[in-house]
Amino acid sequence: MTRASMSRKYERRATIAPENRIATSAMIASLAAEGYDTEPAPFGHALVELANERPEIVGLTADLAKYTDLHIFAEAMPDRFYQMGMAEQVMISAAAGLAREGFVPFATTYAVFASRRAYDFIAMAIAEENLPVKICCALPGLTTGYGPSHQATEDLAIFRGLPNMTIIDPCDAVDIRQSVRAMADHDGPVYSRLLRGKVPAVLTRYKPEYTFELGRAQVIREGKDVLVVSSGFMTMRALDAAEVLAQDGIDVAVLHSPTIKPLDTETILEQAGKGRLLVTAENHTIVGGLGEAVAAVLLRAGVTPTFCQIALPDEFLEAGALPTLHDLYGISVEKVAEQIRSWI
Amino acid sequence: MMKPTSAIGPLSNVSLARRAWNIRRKALLMGEVQGQGYIGQALGVADVLAASYFHALNYRPDDPEWEGRDRFLLSIGHYAIALYAVLMEAGILPEDELETYGMDDSRMPMSGMASYTPGMEITGGSLGHGLGIAVGMAMGLKRKNSSSFVYNLMSDGELGEGSTWEAAMAGAHHKLDNLICLIDFNNQQADGKSTEMLSSEPLEAKWEAFGWHVQRVDGNDMEAVVAALDAARAVAESKPRAIVFDTRMCKGVPFLETREITHFVRVEPDEWSKALAVLEEGTPA
Ligand SMILES: Cc1ncc(C[n+]2csc(CCOP(=O)(O)OP(=O)(O)O)c2C)c(N)n1
Ligand SMILES: [Mg+2]
Repeated sequence: MTRASMSRKYERRATIAPENRIATSAMIASLAAEGYDTEPAPFGHALVELANERPEIVGLTADLAKYTDLHIFAEAMPDRFYQMGMAEQVMISAAAGLAREGFVPFATTYAVFASRRAYDFIAMAIAEENLPVKICCALPGLTTGYGPSHQATEDLAIFRGLPNMTIIDPCDAVDIRQSVRAMADHDGPVYSRLLRGKVPAVLTRYKPEYTFELGRAQVIREGKDVLVVSSGFMTMRALDAAEVLAQDGIDVAVLHSPTIKPLDTETILEQAGKGRLLVTAENHTIVGGLGEAVAAVLLRAGVTPTFCQIALPDEFLEAGALPTLHDLYGISVEKVAEQIRSWI
Repeated sequence: MMKPTSAIGPLSNVSLARRAWNIRRKALLMGEVQGQGYIGQALGVADVLAASYFHALNYRPDDPEWEGRDRFLLSIGHYAIALYAVLMEAGILPEDELETYGMDDSRMPMSGMASYTPGMEITGGSLGHGLGIAVGMAMGLKRKNSSSFVYNLMSDGELGEGSTWEAAMAGAHHKLDNLICLIDFNNQQADGKSTEMLSSEPLEAKWEAFGWHVQRVDGNDMEAVVAALDAARAVAESKPRAIVFDTRMCKGVPFLETREITHFVRVEPDEWSKALAVLEEGTPA
């Protein structure tokens, strides 16, 4: 049960059994790796490497370098780093200005502050002019227990509506590391969700030859009963849930679609046409994200598999510990497996 | 517009210094339970909160939504641990909930939210919201012919947000003499010292130029804090009032004060009890 459905102002709540209550972790914490190898700060290190080749790259942050791994860049290239203070709007406008002067700015903050506070500045100063500003944002979807002020549950919906904007929802360290170059190569604005700190390496464990390609969805795991189309760390959840379901004899394929816009419609249609139950899985509200984007692609093409969505509810979410919240809102491995099982 | 002082301050024989000490102690206890928390901020702002709640503000502990109360807005949601401490000290929040701070199902989340906690007027977390909301509440109180004040507690980091300065202009334009903005200037933000990142100096001159009555005092000097709050309420002109409080993070626990200060001050598991013991040594009367 969620806070919105309770609507009991100030009341002491009892949604979690007392023995299961745990503490909200600090903001600096990494997403739990859950059994995977990790890479430290893949975004920061990849950006430094690329910036060594490309003098036009500059970095900006709005008082969140340490919390977006941009501090790695700031330390390596202090003269190409701009600390803008806690002022997201001018950070975005200034990034637009730098782009107009021929630079390729990577600007970082939390996903909520780019998508909510700075939106108009991104829309008009950057997207409308199709400028090559790369907006890289930590804490996407439900990756903090601090409550709605820090949970960017609708960022994909917001940016999907914005013409010219390319949107990336990376799953792991491999996606993040490789997408830095892809973003710089793309001549236009990009919004990328960011996982920071120790980031798990997931995709290459299942598919050693995996490389990130902008605009391309890739089958990471084959399976004949269910097709999960997922993005972000929900691909990791889907892969883990697939292992669980395999023990019940349910064969789950996972199609990872890290580019949310433009969506790889060709691959999605091809995979959706094979008669399997189709489940979309995203770390985002059920409104306006990957699931609805996939649904529209299918309907427009007249491809109509049984369709189910794993996503966050259309609500402001609770504060609390992340594992608790992932369970509560159905995006933990266990809950993903449970939902798929119930739809079979 | 002179205000009657709170029934709690003058009638109580507990000194403001002791109140501030109690606030620090409660914050440390919450930090100890959680193993973390924005303790540096809480220790730094404790004197300002003690003077606000036990000298300046008018409120009824058993009725946090009492229409006649002065409004106290915590624009800085991450300072919630400090506000919970003073709300407990003031009897607005029951003390037996202290141990739930930051836990699942707690009414005291890590970042302050209005619907969770009695006495938490607004939902913070996204910084730069408080002053604008305070402007609207001050306008609303005037429409209702209320004599209540609106206090907005904000941080030096929030001085970077454009919304702060839009609200500052609005407050002066609408002659909001019932609006008092308290700025906890601890010279710290997430990435470093605010003066080295995006300087807001000269700060008094800025507020003055924006049409505000402004004072700047040592926010850890109780007498100065009290005098500034009194002076802010007593201003005769029809303008909003700002007080910049220069505060020291971790104030009251010397071994933390001298450690490398960051936005999220590191406290080792065994140091919470040590910090409490050090605080204990300096118990005021
Ligand atoms: C609009 C917004 N941008 C960024 C953040 C992330 N953030 C949280 S606290 C903080 C530092 C703000 O400065 P201040 O409140 O002075 O920090 P403190 O004194 O507590 O270190 C930042 C950037 C935020 N919460 N809201
Ligand atoms: Mg500060």
